[in-house]
Amino acid sequence: MICQECGKRPATLHFTKIINGEKTEFHICEACAREKGEMIPGTSNGFSIHNLLSGLLDFDPSSMASAKPQTIRCEHCGLTYSQFSKLGRFGCDSCYKSFSDKLDPLFKRVHGNTVHVGKVPKRSGGLIQYKREIETLKKEMMTRIELEEFEQAAKIRDQIRDLEKKIAGA
Amino acid sequence: MSLNQFTGDALSEWMKGDGPESDIVISSRIRIARNLKDYPYPMLATNQQSQEVLDQLSAVLENEELETISNFSLVPLSRLNELERMVLVEKHLISPNLVNESRNGAVILSENESISIMINEEDHLRIQCLCPGFQIKEAWDLANQIDDIFESQLDYGYDEKRGYLTSCPTNVGTGIRASVMMHLPALVLTQQINRILSAVTQVGLTVRGLYGEGSEALGNLFQISNQITLGQSEEEIIDNLFSVARQIIEHERAARHKLMQESKMRITDRVNRSLGILSHAAIMDSKEAAQRLSDVRLGIDLEIIKDLSSNILNELLVMTQPGFLQMNAGEKLSAEERDVRRAELIRQRFGRF
Repeated sequence: MICQECGKRPATLHFTKIINGEKTEFHICEACAREKGEMIPGTSNGFSIHNLLSGLLDFDPSSMASAKPQTIRCEHCGLTYSQFSKLGRFGCDSCYKSFSDKLDPLFKRVHGNTVHVGKVPKRSGGLIQYKREIETLKKEMMTRIELEEFEQAAKIRDQIRDLEKKIAGA
Repeated sequence: MSLNQFTGDALSEWMKGDGPESDIVISSRIRIARNLKDYPYPMLATNQQSQEVLDQLSAVLENEELETISNFSLVPLSRLNELERMVLVEKHLISPNLVNESRNGAVILSENESISIMINEEDHLRIQCLCPGFQIKEAWDLANQIDDIFESQLDYGYDEKRGYLTSCPTNVGTGIRASVMMHLPALVLTQQINRILSAVTQVGLTVRGLYGEGSEALGNLFQISNQITLGQSEEEIIDNLFSVARQIIEHERAARHKLMQESKMRITDRVNRSLGILSHAAIMDSKEAAQRLSDVRLGIDLEIIKDLSSNILNELLVMTQPGFLQMNAGEKLSAEERDVRRAELIRQRFGRF
């Protein structure tokens, strides 16, 4: 897709802003985004990823239903959701819990995903590692059952039990 | 260890050796963002909290395993003057963000400057590993190893569902940004660059200029990095970048070959004109310098110019930045004065006065 501003460079930034149900789409390149900073939702004169994010954060399906969106505040650091939307940054780890309901749509847009599948820290992550394995094994077990490979499924069930014991014992 | 070590030379020790594919890939970089559990992120931390974060992170310097990797020096930002900070930014050892917004900011640098660990930047901890040429997997192995050492002594902010928690939602999950810096003059000259870059952005990668977020692709230098940090494993992210970068290398090689076959005289003329201008100009702004240096680098890679090493260009790219020019001059300089100094410096390096 070509930038709708200069018509030359490829559009690398794509936004949708919805205000009162009215949808506006932008497809522009980074150079034009910088020049025309004011046309991007949430930016004044500077252009940064945080300005850009705040455009995305304004996207809030729940606020369309209720006329008065509640102010959500992180109990740990005190950051409100609306401050978060303006800054494009969290204040602390707890913000992820406090704003949890609103984050899936945001992460979906930024990353196309909502759940981490990468590295697990060894110190605090031992149990998470087991849980991950159990989830994978459960899926595999279901596949085996569907294929009527019951012997294989039983083996996997035992592996799951072993892991569950490890979790219970930890 | 004196600070001068890090601000004196334009080229970091690691830049002086050639890496794989160094005719096209200048450097490979991994950055890992991490935060300490229970502390507010640097943006909201009080002076005392950010001091505690600094204390906890710098305590890891005592770790024996870390000592086997390299000797490290802790440099608090408060010990640096304005020019020294600028020079470290120009060498990519610290970010402008650390200079402008940090409270109790510091950087831990390895002896050869291939590892720089920023404290209290946007996140509490940012581990950066740089390798010359196309060595993105090697850079990841090193950064991962350092991450393990920090993690063995500290509790990171981590969530089962979201992974490593970071200040900016664009880094959450793995917290890694993998990037390769590529010199792609032939793709620019043959006007294929836009097509390639737009394909790159469609597979979850992003393209930036030399100095990161929002900067222009000066001197045909492009930084290609992963955009997604959540929902892909570190290995997937790196493999994806690796294979895309590999394809771009092939395209650039083919374009260079085509240029030499079809327009050798024109490309030779262009390279030699740039060499002539760099060798004789009395005023040189940074944009023109970057473009002319790119031409000369291409000339060296295509063996049109035979008596110069491309290292001199890596060095000049850094040395002709405002911070370095002023550090060299020992005083603050206006933009016009810098243009004159820049031209003088380049003439000297090319052996002509």
